[in-house]
Amino acid sequence: MRKTLLEIRGLSKFYPGVKANDNVSFTIQEGKIHALLGENGAGKSTLVKMIYGLVHPDEGDMLLHGEHYMPHKPSEARNLGVGMVFQHFSLFEALNVAENIILGMEDAPPRAELNEKIIEVSNQYGLPLDPNRLIGDLSVGERQRVEIVRCLLQNPQLLIMDEPTSVLTPQEVEILFKTLRKLSSEGVAILYISHKLDEIKVLCDHATVLRMGKVVDTCIPAEETARSMAEMMIGGEFAMPTVREFTPGKTLLHLENLTLESLDPFGTSLANVSLELRSGEVMGVAGVAGNGQDELLLALSGERPTDAGMVKLSGVEIGDMGPTTRRALGLLAAPEERLGHAAAPDMSLKENAYLSARVRQGLTKSGFTLFGKRDDFAREIVEQFDVRTPSIDNAARSLSGGNLQKFVIGREVLQKPTVLVVNQPTWGVDAAAAADIREALRELAAEGAAVLVISQDLDELMEMSDTFAVLAEGRLSKPRPAAGMTVEQIGLMMGGNLEERANA
Amino acid sequence: MLRLEPRQQASSTMRWLTPILAVAITMVMGGFLFAAMGQDPFQAIKIIFLDPFIHETFGPYSRSQLLIKAGPLILIATGLSIGFRAGVWNIGAEGQFVMGAIAGGAVGLALYPADGIWVLPLMTIAGALGGMAWAMIPALLKIKFNANEILVSLMLVYVAYNFLAAMVTGPLKSPDGYGFPESRSFTSVDATHLPMIYEPLGMHAGVLVALALVIAAYVMMERHLLGFQIRLTGESPRAAKFAGVNPAVIVAVCLGISGALAGMAGLFEVTGPAGKLTTNFPVGYGFTAIIVAFLGRLNPIGIVLAGLLMALTYIGGELAQLSLGIPAAAINVFQGMMLFFLLAVDVFVNYRLVWKKEVK
Amino acid sequence: MDFSALNPVSLMVSLMIAATPVLLAAVGELVVEKSGVLNLGVEGMMIIGAIAGFAISVETSNPWIGMLAAMVAGAVLALIFGFITQFLLSNQVATGLALTLFGLGMAALLGQSYTGMKPPSTPHLDIPVLSDLPVVGPILFSHDPMIYMSIALVAGVWYFLNRTRGGLILRAVGENHDAAHSLGYNVVMIRMGAIAFGGACAGLGGAYLSLVRVPQWTEGMTAGAGWIALAIVVFASWKPWRLILGAYLFGGVTILQLNLQALGIGISAAYLSMTPYLITIIVMVIMSADRRRASINAPASLGRIFNASH
Repeated sequence: MRKTLLEIRGLSKFYPGVKANDNVSFTIQEGKIHALLGENGAGKSTLVKMIYGLVHPDEGDMLLHGEHYMPHKPSEARNLGVGMVFQHFSLFEALNVAENIILGMEDAPPRAELNEKIIEVSNQYGLPLDPNRLIGDLSVGERQRVEIVRCLLQNPQLLIMDEPTSVLTPQEVEILFKTLRKLSSEGVAILYISHKLDEIKVLCDHATVLRMGKVVDTCIPAEETARSMAEMMIGGEFAMPTVREFTPGKTLLHLENLTLESLDPFGTSLANVSLELRSGEVMGVAGVAGNGQDELLLALSGERPTDAGMVKLSGVEIGDMGPTTRRALGLLAAPEERLGHAAAPDMSLKENAYLSARVRQGLTKSGFTLFGKRDDFAREIVEQFDVRTPSIDNAARSLSGGNLQKFVIGREVLQKPTVLVVNQPTWGVDAAAAADIREALRELAAEGAAVLVISQDLDELMEMSDTFAVLAEGRLSKPRPAAGMTVEQIGLMMGGNLEERANA
Repeated sequence: MLRLEPRQQASSTMRWLTPILAVAITMVMGGFLFAAMGQDPFQAIKIIFLDPFIHETFGPYSRSQLLIKAGPLILIATGLSIGFRAGVWNIGAEGQFVMGAIAGGAVGLALYPADGIWVLPLMTIAGALGGMAWAMIPALLKIKFNANEILVSLMLVYVAYNFLAAMVTGPLKSPDGYGFPESRSFTSVDATHLPMIYEPLGMHAGVLVALALVIAAYVMMERHLLGFQIRLTGESPRAAKFAGVNPAVIVAVCLGISGALAGMAGLFEVTGPAGKLTTNFPVGYGFTAIIVAFLGRLNPIGIVLAGLLMALTYIGGELAQLSLGIPAAAINVFQGMMLFFLLAVDVFVNYRLVWKKEVK
Repeated sequence: MDFSALNPVSLMVSLMIAATPVLLAAVGELVVEKSGVLNLGVEGMMIIGAIAGFAISVETSNPWIGMLAAMVAGAVLALIFGFITQFLLSNQVATGLALTLFGLGMAALLGQSYTGMKPPSTPHLDIPVLSDLPVVGPILFSHDPMIYMSIALVAGVWYFLNRTRGGLILRAVGENHDAAHSLGYNVVMIRMGAIAFGGACAGLGGAYLSLVRVPQWTEGMTAGAGWIALAIVVFASWKPWRLILGAYLFGGVTILQLNLQALGIGISAAYLSMTPYLITIIVMVIMSADRRRASINAPASLGRIFNASH
């Protein structure tokens, strides 16, 4: 008979205007993998932060081994055997692996001893690590290992994993699952947070489903289908995507050996990226974060000019042109980071509309802003893309992630681009808004534009793309038709050695 | 427990309320300061803020100093505010002020004793160009070599001070000056004398130019693409690049404009109130203008009000020095406090204070 | 012209004295910046230290109490900056400038009655036997204790940052304050500690200026030394040992130009007086030019505002 490790009793956390968690209760058993399931914004992160002592609940309490448990800070949680691996890693790029691990330990042993232990533990769990390498030089998968090894060195009884697979290749996911199963067989309980249903189904023993901060259901994932769990999560019918007919037109965007050195000391340079994107086509570019996605977007948006011939739009060489000229010619882009890149956080929606639509929509006259025309365009975006905001005078940062993303995508789509490039179009966006955004992009292609979708979400790419390529270590695989590809094939492509695997 | 909670968006009420609050707190704390110096705080505050307007004997002279002192502050602060809004920190306006005065002054001295209505405009242009050229040094070093413009522009203040000393003891030294380190007087020749337009308030031609430029700056910042690009660069440099803004251009434009305005202010100073180039004609307007720019919310209209207020503290400070023996440095403390308190209470623009119960 | 008056040994000694105030301030600022905070108020803290150290030394006739007072004064001023930037989340650049303007005014006000006085002298620490050695003796073994102290401080800061857990935590906070927070470190309090240390160092540097280097109190006597300390931190790429190189380079140029002025080599004194500032600009430009390296060495969170409330 397994014993209860952690009992959560009626935890609530209120933020102004939001109940992040409302009377949440469930229990975690020793040696079990327990899933916490829910959409973005369902309150999963707040809940685990309370368990880890980063956030303090307004109501409720917890029992660990039957004793009162309410950590005031993470070090207390760690001392009591609770470790956590964050979704956005809490790592320091300019420090090395060992230093990062020391920072997460209360009483770190001397350096030499620690280095040995890191090597030993990391090998034992199939996650080899070199203690002296800088974090900035590691791949995303390796960085996650650092986080996990940091927890393991403290012999945790409960390991919290917040969306651990969103940044991994399918093969890396397999390795991670092996590690987690080994841990649970050794008696460690794991609280596994995810919205990926297939993973939960194969990995987890129990699941608690959160919606709008409340526990709405519990289940045993093995006995459910992905669809039934999705319906618990969303609280309604789940529409499966349909396959779209696609007849390619003439080539609109042509990249030829696009090469670009990254300015970020820990970034990835692009090497000989070539592709042809045709009218009516949605091309998906998959890949794990940090493999050149940001650089590819910058090279296409014009923020990082290259040799003229490397980028051609409808046959015109535009590689050396800046964003303004490219926009005038019909190449538009929507970067990944909504706040601070695609939009200026403290500027109003009006000014953010003007930000990228000035040229194509003719919002200036001899340098002076045409306020009426600008406001009309902002209003059009808000109306057509169902952006929920009190007014167009509101600052970009006052909008929720999903609404701002709809605004950003809407702003580019409504300018009727010839080619639109988007990076992570639905990252951190709730399901309804994500569906709207995908629909809008596909419609744009259906009207004859070409759309390049860079994303780490394989499901999203499988749903949207006509053709498919993988960006790994700054190199792009040969694009191929998306129809008929399996997740395993894509995973191999993401792991590197692109040409051979893609052609295999 | 008290804690700060971010507002959904910046409060525009607070944006205008905080400078007033900062001035009020400064008056209170300044009162304590004067009390600590053994003065009657109410008396001291009254002398500084009211006597320049109402004092029977000193009032008329004080009032005639108001625009003389506010003019350069407003002119320099307007230029600085443009850069500050773009995140381009020109804090070497004092140096550009000096170099503008030297450049414009040199043109006037070279033409001496030319007579004509064109002399002063020519000197003004030379002054603006001199200030601009001096400001372009940090601009180019930032663009080409990524050097911090704060440190470079500030170092150049000391270089400019020394250059001024070299000039007034060397090439620009007055031949009839009995060896004093100073240039010929600009005010003794009509062609190089900045005309006074309304004596009782100290409005000379430079003040009119300053006000015209304030309006021009307002129009540029609010209605023109360049102003949008400057604001966007300050709000979010990456969004600016995405919008197609060339950051190097913004750096050059911001430093260029602020340098030109500071240089012009320097020229107006030596052709008007100071009368000639000397080693001590710069009295720190270039630094005080930083306070004016912030207190005026980096907004041209606000800067006019803040400039007047700061001029008042200078004049009132002189009165306090005269009648109470309060040292001149006390006014600098006063001005520094004002900026401190403004930055402190500014938190309420973007955050609200909430009372949260700590759950045990 | 008689260049033989330029005695290399005494030049070296005065170089070290000229460099020490800047070195002290720079080592403090380095720690502040390593924690991710940019305090541009070094000049203000230095001059407050200069007057506080001077005044208390004169009143107590004891330079050491004066220096202690200077450290306290610098730290108190720094904590005002810390409070406004860390708790009230103000812009660090603007607040640092405010600190400098306020400090300069405050020091002038406090110093009114001390102008023209002579401070008690600071005794030299002559190391027996060694200090009598020719050349090496005066350069290495016959200084006032503060010079040794400044070098020891650099060594101590290096050791702290690179060899202790506390230093690792400080660097981590400066690299990525959000990650440090999520690991449970109190970002704000760690930064307040660093800011206070930086203020104490700047205050001590100022006191050295008014008690040893000059020794006298004059208004505005720091004359940009605080800003030069900031530039030297950039020059040193945030590496403690390189601060010594930067500060001594600055000290060397200062002493050389002062001696050339005294010799009267026909160049106007005003032009020679510019050289320390110009050299500072040049070395800073050289070190900044390699953007990639500069961005690796600079603390990644430098100057960014941290608010843990969400």
